[in-house]
This record gives sequence, structure tokens and C-alpha cells, in this order.
Amino acid sequence: MSKHIEINPSKERIQYLKARKRKKFLISLTQIMLLIVFIAQWEICARLKLIDPFITSQPSRIVNTIIRLYNEGQLFQHIGVTCFETIVGFISGTLLGTAIAIILWWSEFLSKVLEPYLVILNSLPKIALGPIFIVWFGAGTTSIIVIALAISLIVSILEVLNGFLATDEEQIKLVKTFGAGRLQIFTKVVLPANLPVIISSLKINVGLSWVGVIVGEFLVSKSGLGYLIVYGGQVFQLDLVMASVIILCIAAGIMYKAVVLLQQLFIKSHI
Amino acid sequence: MSYIVEINNIAMNYQSPNGEIPAITNVNLKIVKGEFICIVGPSGCGKSTLLSIIAGLLKPSSGSIAINGKEISGTCEKVGYMLQKDYLFEWRTILQNVMLGLEIRKIKTNDNIEYVNNLLKTYGLYEFRNKYPSQLSGGMRQRAALIRTLALKPEILLLDEAFSALDYQTRLAVADDIYSIIKKENKTAILVTHDIAESISMADRVIVLSSRPATIKSIHNIKLTCEKRTPFCSREAPEFRHYFNTIWKELDVHV
Repeated sequence: MSKHIEINPSKERIQYLKARKRKKFLISLTQIMLLIVFIAQWEICARLKLIDPFITSQPSRIVNTIIRLYNEGQLFQHIGVTCFETIVGFISGTLLGTAIAIILWWSEFLSKVLEPYLVILNSLPKIALGPIFIVWFGAGTTSIIVIALAISLIVSILEVLNGFLATDEEQIKLVKTFGAGRLQIFTKVVLPANLPVIISSLKINVGLSWVGVIVGEFLVSKSGLGYLIVYGGQVFQLDLVMASVIILCIAAGIMYKAVVLLQQLFIKSHI
Repeated sequence: MSYIVEINNIAMNYQSPNGEIPAITNVNLKIVKGEFICIVGPSGCGKSTLLSIIAGLLKPSSGSIAINGKEISGTCEKVGYMLQKDYLFEWRTILQNVMLGLEIRKIKTNDNIEYVNNLLKTYGLYEFRNKYPSQLSGGMRQRAALIRTLALKPEILLLDEAFSALDYQTRLAVADDIYSIIKKENKTAILVTHDIAESISMADRVIVLSSRPATIKSIHNIKLTCEKRTPFCSREAPEFRHYFNTIWKELDVHV
């Protein structure tokens, strides 16, 4: 995009730019106000005993809980554990998914053979496999990562494979006229043409990996945000549950933004 | 007399679950070096199939192709192919795009790189070598695609409806442009097209194919009286209309 600075913008142009800025500002303002009003009425209702903070918790108690966790030195440990599991989950899901998609692209026979299995595995709720993974990999981090991986893997395979198969036949024909074999067709055309597909599958996998990790932590863990949520629920400490959910919100938001930034950076450097 | 391309009794059948479709039968043609051949025929008659067979991308059901007297199996480095669109890769710069063939054939030697740079300079793309295809005009893109093909120093160029994706005005200009480059580099060319005027304006010989299964219906030696034999000027030649009408009748177009 070329940015050109206008030396003498017309009156109409100035008005247009002003209106645009105003509209953007109004949207941001309303977004922030909405959040403030929500938190404020939550706090006020709790103080006035209109709602029972034992059940609904309240913002000031949530903040206190987060501070207490921080002072006990647990806060970043729990966040770290969960983020680590999630990152390993979505990166391995995308890499392994892409690797399997490459194999299936390579061998049409194998991909035809495996098609019904992939379709069934794709429709199976992978969480149902949780107990099996726990028996196989033990009640710990490994099982949690495997659950996260299982959730994102099949979708990644199908998505990336579809991208590979949809590569423009004429582009493939072009490199064939230069005498390219299957490997060169893949490295020169199919893979570079589908990098955007792989990146977008990475983006989807971030969300899926969070689901897998939190469910995994519900089932087995001794630390992490999912553990805090389920522990808080069991001992009826809604403050802890709410605090963990809010931290989770922030962490997931930041991670998603980071991947989007990565994607933009990538697209910029390639086109 | 030796021929650069010999097409010997080619036949091609397509197999599908619903049956066998004969696409080409009994095509024979001999082409001498430096000749510009245009193949016209009704749409869907198997023109592009014939070109793919000459390029070695498809194996014919029977018959053979000989380049410089040697029978080919598979693609041959003496043959360059140009597709309907330029198919420049968006993720590569112009320079990286025109190097594609050298990369694939693993002959990215200093000599060849210099040759490509000279081609880019001669044909006005050198300043654009670090741009991406989307930043170039349609005509420049087509020229880049031609340089990508020429980089491998082919003796024979196959053009598959190479101009049909362009709008009419660009198309006339690009046809002139590409024609002069092909003549200057002294290449043999086979152009497949459905545009009768385009074929007469460029060709030394026009081959008319019948509808499917395609076979050669007639061959016209194009002799035009005009000062400069460029595709654009050829259209002004007095014989042009005569050739056009004859070929039009032979194609027997029904709407």
C-alpha cells in the first residue's frame, strides 16, 4: 500500500478523514465503556448484596486472588505450564499435520485408502480419547499435550491436504515442462503455493490447542490454569475459578494476536 | 533435408471409466528449423493434446515424435513450452521466476545466469527484476514468461494459446513483441490458437485440424506481400482476407 501525503487536501477530504477518525474513536470508546460498566455493576451488585459473591465472585476479590497467587509465586508457574503445553500442542499439531498431508499428497493410493478413517476420526470428539492417553502416557504433561495434538491433528491434515490437492494444475504443468519430478513439483510449486494455507491452519490450531490443554488439565494435572479452575470448583472457591478464567482469556488473546502478527509479517515478506 | 521436428503417425486415445475417447488420429508433420507453424482447429479438437505430446508431457497411444532426428520419450531440453497464462509465481521475484527452469534442471551456472540477465536487459525487464509479478503489466508478464522459457535455450518453442488470456489490444501488441523476439532468437515455433487472424498473421504455415478425433485437414503456406513481416502489418496484406475466408470455411463453424 502506498501512502501518499496530500499537500492540499480538499475540504471534502478533510471532512471525510475527520468523520472516519471519529467513528473509529467512538467504537473504541464504546468497547472500553462496555467493559468498565460490566465490571462496575458486578462489583456494585456484590457490595449491595444483590448477588451472592460466594457464588458469583466479585472483581475486587478476583484481583486480590491474582495478587495472592502472585505473592505465593504460583501465578506465572501456572500460566507458564499452560502456555507451554498449548504452544507445543499447536506447533506439533501443525507440523505433524503438514508432514502427514505431504505423505498423503505423495501417494494417492494411501490417501484413498485412509480417507474413510480420516473422516471418522475427524468426526470423533477427540476428548473421548483422553482416558486412553492418560493410561498410555501417564497422568502428566505428556498426556495433556497429546490430547491437544489429537484435537488439532486431523483437521490440519485434511485442511493442508485439500490445499495441496487444489494447487493449480497449470502451474504444475509449467514446472513439468522444465522436467521437474515429483519432489521438485512439491518444493517449487505445491509447498510455496500453500504456505498461506499452513499458516491459517496454525491459526485455527491455536484455539483448538487451548481446548485440548484445558480439558487435559481438568483430567490429570497438578498445575496449570485448567487445574486451578477445576480445583477452585471442587473446593467452591469461585474467586479462584473466575481469576483463572480471566487470566486464560488474556493469555489466549495475546497468543492469538501473536500468531496473527506472525502471519502478517510472513505475508509482507513474501508478497 | 533434415527436419527439426518430425511428427510420425501420432494417435491419442483418452481412457475414462465411461469408455475410450479418440482425441487424435493419424497426424504427420515435418517442420524445418526457423519455421513458425500455427495449428488451428475447432475448440476441443485436441490441439492442446497434440502440443503436450510434442512437449513430451503426454505419451501418445501410438506413433512417435523426433526432435533433430532423435525420438523422444519424456520432456526434452530442446523444447520450451508457453502456457495460456504466464503463470509467474507470486512468491518469486521476476528474476527468481525466470530462473525457475535453470533451477529445476540444475544448470544455474554463471554462464546461464549471465545469459538470463542479458535477456532481461535486451527485453526491457532488467530494472524490474526484483519486482513481484503483480507489479508488472500484462504484456511485461508475458514477456517475463517467454524469457523464463528462453533461459533454457530451447530450439523449439511451443505456444499453447499463449495470448488468449490477454485483452484484444494487449494481445496484438504482445503477439508482435513475442514474434519479433522469437524471430530474433531464431527459434522454431509451434503456436496453437483458435484465432484464425492471429494464425495467419504469424505463421509461415497454418495447419488446420478437423474436429475430434483430430487429423490434419489442410496445410496453408502463407505468403503475404507486405514490407515488414510483423503480425500487425501482416493483417494489412491483400492476401490476408483470402486466407482468412478459406480457413474459416474449412473450420466449418456452426453456432
